[in-house]
Amino acid sequence: MARFPRLRSLTLKGKPHFADFNLVPHDWGGYARPWIEALARGCPELEELRLKRMVITDECLELLARSFPNFRALFLVSCDGFSTDGLAAIATHCRHLRELDLHENEVDDRGEWLSCFPESSTSLVSLNFACLKGEVNAAALERLVARCTNLRSLWMNRSVSLEMLSRIVSKAPHLEDLGTGSYVHDPHSESYHNLINAFLNCKSIKSLSGFWDVAPRCLPAVYPICSQLAYLNLSYAATIQADDLINMIGHCTKLQKLWVLDCIGDKGLAVVASRCKQLEELRVFPSDPFGHGTIDSVTEEGLVSISSGCPGSTRCSLITIAKNCPNFVRFRLCILSPKKPDPLTHRPLDEGFGAIVQSCRGLRRLSVSGLLTDQVFLYIGKYAKKLEMLSVAFAGDSDKGMLYLLNGCRSLRKLEIRDCPFGDAALLKGVGRYEAMRSLWMSSCEVTLRGCQALAAMAPRLNVEIMHEEEEDAGGISCGGGLDDAQRVEKMYLYRTLAGPRSDAPSNLFTL
Amino acid sequence: MENLDSLKATELRLALPGTEEGAPPASGRACKRLSPEAGDGGGGAATPPSKAQVVGWPPIRSYRKSYLEEKKNAETFVKVSMDGAPYLRKIDLGVHRGYKELRESLVGMFKCFSLGFSSTEGGCSSEYAIAYEDKDGDWMLAGDVPWEMFASSCKKLRIMKWAEARGLGSSS
Repeated sequence: MARFPRLRSLTLKGKPHFADFNLVPHDWGGYARPWIEALARGCPELEELRLKRMVITDECLELLARSFPNFRALFLVSCDGFSTDGLAAIATHCRHLRELDLHENEVDDRGEWLSCFPESSTSLVSLNFACLKGEVNAAALERLVARCTNLRSLWMNRSVSLEMLSRIVSKAPHLEDLGTGSYVHDPHSESYHNLINAFLNCKSIKSLSGFWDVAPRCLPAVYPICSQLAYLNLSYAATIQADDLINMIGHCTKLQKLWVLDCIGDKGLAVVASRCKQLEELRVFPSDPFGHGTIDSVTEEGLVSISSGCPGSTRCSLITIAKNCPNFVRFRLCILSPKKPDPLTHRPLDEGFGAIVQSCRGLRRLSVSGLLTDQVFLYIGKYAKKLEMLSVAFAGDSDKGMLYLLNGCRSLRKLEIRDCPFGDAALLKGVGRYEAMRSLWMSSCEVTLRGCQALAAMAPRLNVEIMHEEEEDAGGISCGGGLDDAQRVEKMYLYRTLAGPRSDAPSNLFTL
Repeated sequence: MENLDSLKATELRLALPGTEEGAPPASGRACKRLSPEAGDGGGGAATPPSKAQVVGWPPIRSYRKSYLEEKKNAETFVKVSMDGAPYLRKIDLGVHRGYKELRESLVGMFKCFSLGFSSTEGGCSSEYAIAYEDKDGDWMLAGDVPWEMFASSCKKLRIMKWAEARGLGSSS
């Protein structure tokens, strides 16, 4: 920090991506404290801080709030360790705050914080508190919105009622991004009527999300803005049935990005395909991830209709999507049952994903799933030259698979692999690649301690971290503790470093 | 072929994000692998490995999982009593989409008691009213609020004669 005293903006990312799915120990690291303390000492001109997957405490937030007189923007994404008290400190002390964006964080609810924005504070342009679990002070929120005339983005949490929504939207007709709270009310009520009128005035809304606890009969209020929308997120709207979804989406002709639950069904996806001609991103979330439900879920047929192809198998769908959507930049398909083959042919899905990478030459991010052999990696290595991030689970037959990737994907920055039969030979052959990459994660693979140690010895500028849950470890000071070096390593995470092993690692993590 | 029994040790728990995931068995990775789907007709023959047995799979964020679980586990079954019937029934509000469907289900459940409960349209001609106890413990007439509001606050149902319903609230 001492080298950059004029620093205005800093972005930090902490834990590996798989931390999102509870694969990384809770105390792995990613603590924001040392950074904020160093910034407070050395960089008084800091205006903007973005943290992703880090641990930040209320004390840190307070220090942050008090240390930087020009502070304008705080983005916390997938972080934890703090509560609404920390937010209160930010609201109280950051006089020129323009953006406060809390995206998918785990935040403890300790009460009031919104009312801590002083009455003189009018600078907010963007406020996102959708992830907070507690109640917000409705009057304080209304007053805040009314006086912040530059407010363009507002994402509220579930506690905000439809009644509150209608009052707030009528005070902020220039909003461009809106996240509603609970969207339930009597469609015959005055509040709903007011909401309809408020929405009619909102000519600028381009993105819409929220919709927890939806009353389908209240959806028509948003139809007038649907035709403006570029982004629609209905992935929490578990109470909307397919028909209502279809009615709504039918109005969204300019949609570029759509997130829905799989209860949209194949029929719904067919409507999306026919109405949303500008669609660039589609994410379908499972409403019943553990498969006990009976809803008509999305099948390959639905996927195919996105690009109007022939119904049949997943492989066929993928091939059709590839042909008709060559502009995909991200493609992430999660087939819920690991190693599930094509339901029609019972064969692997190699050709399907192969078609995707062959056709979508600009593909930067890919997640593959289902039954896959080494062949799919041959395709990925051969064609996915722009690929930067790849997620692989329950796939491949041998080290060859991993080698195809490492040799072929020259743009690869992040590779995360779980439950694949890749071992030491592949790991070691890739040693020339890792310093050019951001990170490599391998868990439940065939990599052994011996292999990791050999790699670490060859590459001093890599931190090779292994995580092991063994209870009987003798608190290992030497590498691996009680681990036999022929034993498979449960979790390995390696990344390039200029600073050597870190000091904030938990006790069951060893840097080799 | 992997040992499916040992998968029990990696049973997925829907704990709060950040809490330590159940420690996998010391023998390591082998337990988390699932038996490979047989390529030859395995798609139909063997049931796919239960998704719930794999740690961190499907890759869904914890807050989403808990939100969905909450939606699923919401107390959707409520007791239904009917004046004159010898025993109560239970009905799943979650599978009904509206008041009409609810009434039809209730009629189906209680017609065996020949108490004259029918699904004739129009509140006035029907002899029975459907009342419910809400979260605050108050007895309300069903039908005033949007279905979803009703379904989320209804704790109990009671089918009562209109005559008695009119008597509600008067001192007794």
